[in-house]
Amino acid sequence: MRARVYVTLKPSVFDPQGRVVADALVTLGYQDVKDVRQGKFFEVELDGADAATANLSADLSAEAQRAQVEALRAKVETRVTEMADKLLANPVIESYRVEVLP
Amino acid sequence: MAPVVIDTAVLERHGIKPDEYDRILQLMGREPNLLELGLFSVMWSEHCSYKSSRVHLKTLPTAGPRVVQGPGENAGAVDIGDGLCVVFKIESHNHPSFIEPYQGAATGVGGIIRDIFTMGARPIALLNALRFGSLDTALARRIFEGVVAGVGGYGNSIGIPTVGGEIVFDEIYAGNPLVNVLCLGISRIDGIVKGAAKGAGNPVFYVGAKTGRDGIHGATMASAEFDEKSAEKRPAVQVGDPFMEKLLMEACLEVMKTGAVLGIQDMGAAGLSCATSEMGSRGGLGMSIDVMHVPQRETGMTPYEIMLSESQERMLLVVEKGREHEVEAVFDKWDLHAVQVGEVTEGSRLKIHERGVLVADVPNRALTDEAPVYRRPMQEPSWQKAVQKLSLSDLGSAPPAQSAFDRLVAVPTIASKRWAYRQYDHSVGTNTIAQPGMSAAVVRVKETKRGLAVSVDGNGRFCYLDPHRGAMLAVAEAARNVACAGGEPIGGTNNLNFGNPERPEIMWQLGEAVRGIGDACRALGIPITGGNVSLYNETEGQAIFPTPVLGVVGLLDDASKTTTRIFKRSGAVVVMLGDNLGEIGGSEYLATLHGKVLGVPPALDLAREASLQKLIVGLIRDGAVESAHDCSEGGLAVALAECTFDSGGIGVTADIALCGDKPFLSAEAPGAKVEGLSGDWRTNATLFGESASRILVSASDEKLPAVIAAAKAAGIPAIVIGKTGGDRIRVTVDGKAAIDSLVADAEKAWATAIEQKMTGRAPL
Amino acid sequence: MKFSVVVFPGSNSDYDAFYATSRVLGEDAALVWHKDTDLQGADVVILPGGFAHGDYLRTGAIARFSPIMSAVKAFADRGGPVLGICNGFQVLLEAGLLPGAMVRNDRIKFVSRVVAVRVEQTDTPFTVACASKQVLNLPIAHGEGNYYADPAELAELEANRQVVFRYSSAAGEVSSAHNPNGSLNSIAGICNRQRNVVGLMPHPERASEAALGSADGLVVLASAVKSLASLSFSRN
Repeated sequence: MRARVYVTLKPSVFDPQGRVVADALVTLGYQDVKDVRQGKFFEVELDGADAATANLSADLSAEAQRAQVEALRAKVETRVTEMADKLLANPVIESYRVEVLP
Repeated sequence: MAPVVIDTAVLERHGIKPDEYDRILQLMGREPNLLELGLFSVMWSEHCSYKSSRVHLKTLPTAGPRVVQGPGENAGAVDIGDGLCVVFKIESHNHPSFIEPYQGAATGVGGIIRDIFTMGARPIALLNALRFGSLDTALARRIFEGVVAGVGGYGNSIGIPTVGGEIVFDEIYAGNPLVNVLCLGISRIDGIVKGAAKGAGNPVFYVGAKTGRDGIHGATMASAEFDEKSAEKRPAVQVGDPFMEKLLMEACLEVMKTGAVLGIQDMGAAGLSCATSEMGSRGGLGMSIDVMHVPQRETGMTPYEIMLSESQERMLLVVEKGREHEVEAVFDKWDLHAVQVGEVTEGSRLKIHERGVLVADVPNRALTDEAPVYRRPMQEPSWQKAVQKLSLSDLGSAPPAQSAFDRLVAVPTIASKRWAYRQYDHSVGTNTIAQPGMSAAVVRVKETKRGLAVSVDGNGRFCYLDPHRGAMLAVAEAARNVACAGGEPIGGTNNLNFGNPERPEIMWQLGEAVRGIGDACRALGIPITGGNVSLYNETEGQAIFPTPVLGVVGLLDDASKTTTRIFKRSGAVVVMLGDNLGEIGGSEYLATLHGKVLGVPPALDLAREASLQKLIVGLIRDGAVESAHDCSEGGLAVALAECTFDSGGIGVTADIALCGDKPFLSAEAPGAKVEGLSGDWRTNATLFGESASRILVSASDEKLPAVIAAAKAAGIPAIVIGKTGGDRIRVTVDGKAAIDSLVADAEKAWATAIEQKMTGRAPL
Repeated sequence: MKFSVVVFPGSNSDYDAFYATSRVLGEDAALVWHKDTDLQGADVVILPGGFAHGDYLRTGAIARFSPIMSAVKAFADRGGPVLGICNGFQVLLEAGLLPGAMVRNDRIKFVSRVVAVRVEQTDTPFTVACASKQVLNLPIAHGEGNYYADPAELAELEANRQVVFRYSSAAGEVSSAHNPNGSLNSIAGICNRQRNVVGLMPHPERASEAALGSADGLVVLASAVKSLASLSFSRN
């Protein structure tokens, strides 16, 4: 299973690189650009999670299978959120969003 | 490997000419397979084999009492006393910097640093010589911005200070920027390690970054002209990883101290092919490797790709058998994994296996020493004599000296380069004595009293007008800059940047320039211990100015006895050592104010230059002068102004004697042949002419007699031209007012000119 | 007394700090590898400048997980003096030993030059030998030295007199014109509540000898020696 983590500076924190990109876009003629916020993007691949999906018991009902996948997704989300909190983002200046891929 | 028919299309793709293929057949005694052809292709490329320049480079003086290591190794080394030597070399990364300025420059810095620590030396300083198009174009600004960021990005991170260099802007470099980087390190003489294989049976280790498909055929790319399509091609650009290199550097320096490393070579151009064949051939032995052991970043790589990859930050080591664990332990400490990829063998063949199956088998000398050597035809360009003619009547009237001065101090080539060097960490390492922006960089050698002064110089305009004299002037200027910091020149390295050598007129420029470097180095006692050649610097048939860049290293016995261009106080006497001949041929003045690159470059009397350099080194060592500055671009007037800049506003009042109306040094060495030098033209030639062998010094009234006496003994004219003080730069010519500017105004124009070009606004 | 200088992979001013404390100041000094867990009997700990782990994620972000950092934290908790210089300051911020964070310089580019820095507080182990409002000429060399803390935290820092150094003019005047990186309140260095942990972006160890252009930074290191007599904390 894979998850994506989007990290951006909090709105209250000045983003000099974003400003320069915004200025450049305006100079290039994109006058409607109001603001750009630069950020980081991580794609995290988790070992074992795929295997767990594949091993879903075939004799479970479709609904039970879905529930099992959901439970797994929730587990991955918790785990990746922990990673983001601990290392990928600095909570003092950055906020983040975690997205678990199907 | 699947058999591939080697036809003309395959040969062309590999940049191998039909006669070269015949030579390959002869050396191999059979048809090569595609992998073997690939090895020949990269190893016989201009970049690796120096096939066009080798016959000329052989004529350079390379020996001297202090030389520890001359050309042929990863870098040269020169004895600096106390059992220590300075290890240094300059290298270009011109083509990659055009394609991807940041990474091109960054990997250029990474490459030359590896050459230095591979020798067992700890790198302590970086300098660079850069050439770009006019900053009035968006392309040049983008390339300049990226190159400066890349140079800084790599050097800052690895923690080697960038302490100096030079930057020139001229449209001739618009499509072919030059990025030449010099690195200098210190080693114990008995700690030097060479790039040669030793002892059959000893294991060969690979360490560093994994191998990917980046930069395959980088060496052959650097050996072909650019055309419209190259900007589109964007071949796999190498990406630098300064963090990996920092680990590699620390680990290699540590592992070499164990004594278990018998030979080491970095994998730069031509990657594993070059490292395996060169180490074998230097050691007179063979090498056998299996590519399956080579750490790979991508899947499904073929032996061809693995051998030709130019992934950065990789090293090859020959380790003494039985001591593998010592080497592995050090690399493990740094979280690097050294893996054995093969071993040194008897004989002289490079054998490459893939999972035990032999896939290439080549005599390694065929790839290195037996590479073709060309004595390419040389022909003086048909236009050469024409551009040497300078007729003032064709140029119209001369501008007033004041307006010429105002323009010149703010022209990017002369203006302060602080916009660039403020992006370079120049204080890390705590050895930097002279801050960037001086004529020469000065670093101290810890644990001794000694210091090293270093300068890189090259005037492409002079070389275009007369490559022989231009190259001599480049050597003289680099050495003079070093001498002006108190350093006695002890060694040099050259980077030859030229166009397509298959054109006889380019080859003539190269031959003449190398002859000039040789003549000047012999006269000034400077052995060339290594360097680099970059050819095919042309776009759509338009070659750059022939641009040999000289890096000269000078030794100070006492690093505290150095000086800079800057006036230290008011009330000092300003003395010009040398003759002011008013030679304006090829000057920045002619280019900036009149838009012309014409005339003969200034004359150079090598014997006098040598005496002048000895004189200034002695004066600085004895504390007789307070400042010293060489006169170069912009002539005497700009040099005087530069002495006031960064001084905290100390002005100068000077009167200059009008130069003769037919400026020349001697009938044998005529300077710029100028017809009808009179009026404003003569004033401007006096102020902005670029005659060689001149140094401005300042001294106290008490020391002045000693300065004059020493100059007289050396046979060098010493003319008192003025005094420091006040807050203005006031220059008169034969008593007639010429320049009168507030130091603060001139300094602001000089200091901020490049920032204004880059940001489109005056800096804060 | 003994200075222990921590070496992270990618540290590049570790030897400079070692040299300034041992060769210039004449004290004992040791280089301590980041994988070690023992500070070798340190009286003072220095986290040096550089690009620990390449600074590839965020400056200082990965270094805080190094094994030695538990020992550094315990040392700081016992009141031991800890100095973070440049990247070392960034590591202290990431490790939570100092409040706030660093963002990119306001003018984007790496800045390398000598700046004037005004000493705001003299009751920390690294400024006790300074005169109040003394101006030091120190080199800076960083891409991310733009100090940020949210308004409440910033107010608290000021109220608690935790701002130790500010960028200023040569005469000691603080204004945006003399702020090289956009740092809030011109902050060049701060300390923790307990005042024993100090971080600053300028490099005092690079300005420790007149031959290098300035010896102003030596007072920062010498302060530690002076303060030690009056400090009481357990080494182990």
